[in-house]
Amino acid sequence: MTSTTTADTAPAEPTEDAGSAGDRFDRDDLPTPPGATGALLRSLLRPMRARVALIALVLLVQQLSVQAGPLLVAYAIDSGVPAFRDAEYGPLIAVAVGYALCSAVAGGTQYAFVRVSSLVNQDALLDLRGRIFRHAQALSVDFHERYTSGRLISRSTTDVESLRELLSEGLQELIGVVLSFVSISLMLLWLDFGLGSLAVLSFVPLYLLVRRFQRRAGVLYAERSSAIAAVIVKFAETMNGIRPVQAFRREPVNDAHFEGLNNTHRWTNGSAMLEMGRYVVGSRLVANTAVAGIVLWGAYRVASGTLALGVLAAAVLYLRRLYDPIDRLGMFLNSYQSAAASLEKIAGLLAQTPSVPEPSDPRELPALTGEHPGREVVFDQVRFAYRTGGEVLPRFDLTVPAGQTVAVVGSTGAGKSTLAKLLARFYDPTDGRVLLDGTDLRDLAVPELRRGVVMVTQEAFLFSGTVAENIAIGSPDATRAEIEQAAKAIGAHDFISALPDGYDTDVRKRGGRISAGQRQLVGFARALLANPAVLILDEATSSLDIPGEQAVQRAMDTVLHGRTAVVIAHRLSTVEIADRVLVMEHGRIVEDGAPAELIAGTGRFAGLHRAWRESLT
Amino acid sequence: MPEEHAEPKDRSTVQSLLRLWPYVKPVRKRLFGAALVAIVASCVGLVIPLVLKWIVDGPVTDRDPGGVWLGALYLLLLGIAEAALFGVRRWMVARPLAGVEAAMRADLYRHLQRLPVAFHDRWASGQLLSRATTDLMLLRQFLAFPLTFLLVNGATILIGFVILLMQQWTLGLVLLTPVVPMVIICLVFETKFSAVARRAQDQVGDLTTVVEESVLGIRIIKGFGRHRSQALSFRSLSERLRTTELGKARLLAGIWSSITLIPELAIGAALVLGTVQVADGGLSAGTLVAFLSTALALRWPVESIGFLLAMSQESATATERFFEVMDVAEEEGASGVEGPVRGSDSAHGEMVFEGVEFRYPDAEPGSVPVLSRIDLRIRPGETMALVGATGSGKTTLTALVPRLHEATAGRITLDGTDITTMSRERLRELVSVAFEEPTLFSASVGENVLMGAEGAGDYELRRALAIAQADFAHGLPEGVGTQVGEQGLSLSGGQRQRLALARAVVGRPRFLVLDDPLSALDVHTEALVEAALRQVLAETTAIVVAHRPSTVMLADRVALLSEGRIAAVGTHQELLRSSPEYAWLMSGAEGAPDAPTEDAFPDLSAEDHLAEKGTR
Repeated sequence: MTSTTTADTAPAEPTEDAGSAGDRFDRDDLPTPPGATGALLRSLLRPMRARVALIALVLLVQQLSVQAGPLLVAYAIDSGVPAFRDAEYGPLIAVAVGYALCSAVAGGTQYAFVRVSSLVNQDALLDLRGRIFRHAQALSVDFHERYTSGRLISRSTTDVESLRELLSEGLQELIGVVLSFVSISLMLLWLDFGLGSLAVLSFVPLYLLVRRFQRRAGVLYAERSSAIAAVIVKFAETMNGIRPVQAFRREPVNDAHFEGLNNTHRWTNGSAMLEMGRYVVGSRLVANTAVAGIVLWGAYRVASGTLALGVLAAAVLYLRRLYDPIDRLGMFLNSYQSAAASLEKIAGLLAQTPSVPEPSDPRELPALTGEHPGREVVFDQVRFAYRTGGEVLPRFDLTVPAGQTVAVVGSTGAGKSTLAKLLARFYDPTDGRVLLDGTDLRDLAVPELRRGVVMVTQEAFLFSGTVAENIAIGSPDATRAEIEQAAKAIGAHDFISALPDGYDTDVRKRGGRISAGQRQLVGFARALLANPAVLILDEATSSLDIPGEQAVQRAMDTVLHGRTAVVIAHRLSTVEIADRVLVMEHGRIVEDGAPAELIAGTGRFAGLHRAWRESLT
Repeated sequence: MPEEHAEPKDRSTVQSLLRLWPYVKPVRKRLFGAALVAIVASCVGLVIPLVLKWIVDGPVTDRDPGGVWLGALYLLLLGIAEAALFGVRRWMVARPLAGVEAAMRADLYRHLQRLPVAFHDRWASGQLLSRATTDLMLLRQFLAFPLTFLLVNGATILIGFVILLMQQWTLGLVLLTPVVPMVIICLVFETKFSAVARRAQDQVGDLTTVVEESVLGIRIIKGFGRHRSQALSFRSLSERLRTTELGKARLLAGIWSSITLIPELAIGAALVLGTVQVADGGLSAGTLVAFLSTALALRWPVESIGFLLAMSQESATATERFFEVMDVAEEEGASGVEGPVRGSDSAHGEMVFEGVEFRYPDAEPGSVPVLSRIDLRIRPGETMALVGATGSGKTTLTALVPRLHEATAGRITLDGTDITTMSRERLRELVSVAFEEPTLFSASVGENVLMGAEGAGDYELRRALAIAQADFAHGLPEGVGTQVGEQGLSLSGGQRQRLALARAVVGRPRFLVLDDPLSALDVHTEALVEAALRQVLAETTAIVVAHRPSTVMLADRVALLSEGRIAAVGTHQELLRSSPEYAWLMSGAEGAPDAPTEDAFPDLSAEDHLAEKGTR
């Protein structure tokens, strides 16, 4: 890709192999380092080792209490009945007390289990949600430009959700299944070694079934999650672009396309459910055959007098319990498969290292000494290239003295926005340094950096909350008076006052009603409130009308007077207030001088300015 | 436990779930058939203990090896039957239920596409998405498990108790005693749980909103170094959710433990009583074994009721959430007044606004309308620029033409025909729009542009790209076949805007609506686009929102929009002379009487301003 087609406000490098017909969801994956998924799960559960152990203990006690039931039945039949006939009530009272105790323990442990395990789940989820959130926030802007917002949102919502399912349901199933298999097998072996061995032997075909299910379901679940992801992307895209969808009558075409994606999901969904059905049938068949076999042998031995009737009764009761959790094992595998896929994606995201890291040993900016509240900006032999190779700035040197307002003009792809992003430290230079009063931006901690440099961009996003809260993003400690002052200075006070609840109007509820220009004004008010030493305006006036733009310029002249400012604009009207104009082309400065100087000359700027003047008359 | 207990008690829960019927109806035979199969399967499960009793009391007691073999064979056959019935049930519902989920999703999507833009303004897409995914998956699971098993377990419990009572009615009555306390506990639980469950769902929604916004607004957060405060607010929200979830768990723990404890106590009592009866000779050992075996087989159906009720509750909420959106009325089509209402012979190609008024559907009654008394006549082939201060209603006015918003009074005619009498398809075929926010879809560049015209081909595509100065498309990695949008190459704002413009002009529309179509272009490109656009505008009736003199120059006449009214109409030159507000908007010079910052700052003409700066 040549630099002329390189995008201006966003890197035009292919985010993935554009146009490949492969599965979209596969392309959604970031490379996950080997073992990262397991490490992530372990690191989430490690702080809760004690609680997980407690859960296992609680479940063990519960198993013991529940498994004691049939034993008490055997004891009641084999010892209680004869003793009772001899008018000896001790054994029967023991059975009564024992059963009551077991019930109480079973109920109590159930309560304890739900409480403790929910604590484990919720803390693990809190931890994971926080990690994803903080990590996504720490990742640099270039990452966000390549990794679309939809994917990031689905990482922290649907993928976390599938882990929640695994933790809240699956973990219990797994521990419960393992414990009940082990305890019932031991109990059966202890009751009668022969019958017990037969039951244990039945685990072999069951294991094979589980393996087969895991293998086949794994493939199906992967297909299903790709299918639903495609559905989600189509859905979100349609809803976010509803205006053009309706205006260009895309509804029938979209219906058909969506139907196709939806049907793919329907089919894989049905197949996954059928696979689960096959597993259930197989395991049930093995279990019931084993029960029949054990009963046959046991009854034979009772008939021949080598086995007590009570033991057979207990064994049969245990057998039914032994095979009960097999279906639940299937459910566990079910949630494990989807959680594993999700965790892998999350681990891939968390493995991304911020390309704009915070300094380990931050430095402070020197105290402001000059008469200006602005600071000097120096680009020292800066080179910038995208990681895929597109070089935007070949070698860039620029010194902006403190307090100077510099306008940068040039055609799309000239590197203007890259310049702004380097100065705002959204990117770090490939080579060279960007200095603020002699200090490398890379050595500044975030709060210090943002006292130094603030950038206002073309996209004026409003967060949920009131208008006042949105302005206060510039300075969270600001008073209402300061917020209103900032809005007045930028000419936004009038429209804000006219909103239903003034500054307290919820922008979400009226979000569609605040025009693009008004949003940009709110964005400016933020910047005024932030009161930085260096202000960068990247196409920040594109949706403003001329009076709005002039209000901005006046504010820069008054409220922000003496700040260093870098203004990137397509509009020459914006350039009027500049002390100096840079004309950029292919990442180089081709003209540099005071506006009047350049206008008087014969360069590109003079030509552009003439055309603009003509349009005014 | 008795049957009626197996049904969710809360009427509103049942009523919500009943709304699913239209979607369930096509698969009702399969679904009820499957439930029937499940009931038979669970009856088979209940018969197994009876066979055990028969073996113990018969062949074992009689020392009859042949009878033992026969009994084991019966057990095996019943076991195979049970497994087969399990399989049949799942096979019967798997594909139909996946179909129900898909049908509901397709319906939701189809419906949402046809809801007014005003609806989408109010609803975050994440909220809609969660309905289309998690809620519908929950409903499919509900139909597959809780619904079936409430039925099946209810029937199993009922049949089980009949068997128990038939075996030994005294012991059976002992097991029936916990029914009353359990019913009460379940009712109390359901009331409390539904409130907490809804709160948790709402809090998840809030959390999702913060995630969504912090991703979409990442440049602002980074630009102001606010990611720590953002992380703090995220943390407090997620901690709130954790508290709610733990409260939910407390309720669940309570009901699960009582559902475990109470029946277990009853079984213990039956065991003691049964032992006494066996000792007295009133009961055979085999009957007691079979009785207890049956009672234990009922344990799972009884215990499951707790979470089945919880799942039904959540499904009812999901159903509500689904229909909350489905109940919003779709836009009406044509008003039914057939046939064009001809204004005059010269109406062909004419766009007329007559007394148009607009207020948002959710605006408070009595509030000032966004637009009122808009009278505007755009002659055939004419281009009208729409100029007005920020927030004066320009974008809203343009949205009325393709009926993205509906005028609340007055009428708009194209070719002399009221647009409300046309079908939306027909209207939007006539009118082509380029939005301020240029949205590209996940498709190739070519497809994105050509969606503006039916049947347009390569020639039209090249022409449109040329007009919009979007020839860069040919230089993309795969030319006009390059994928763009969310799933493809990311383009700059200027590039997207040019493609959106190409899309608007590709079909040579009779009527064109351009909302500030050149805002993201640099001066050089803008000039080139304007030159090319002039040819297009010459043959179409157009309305162009403009902030800049350069864009206004595209138009034949200008309409000045001021506080929702048309304040003046005329050529650029006329208005520059006659309207102070217009002059102010176009150059920032010439004071408008009501310009807010007028008095605070001295007027500087552009030249003065520039000169002052230049000499600093």
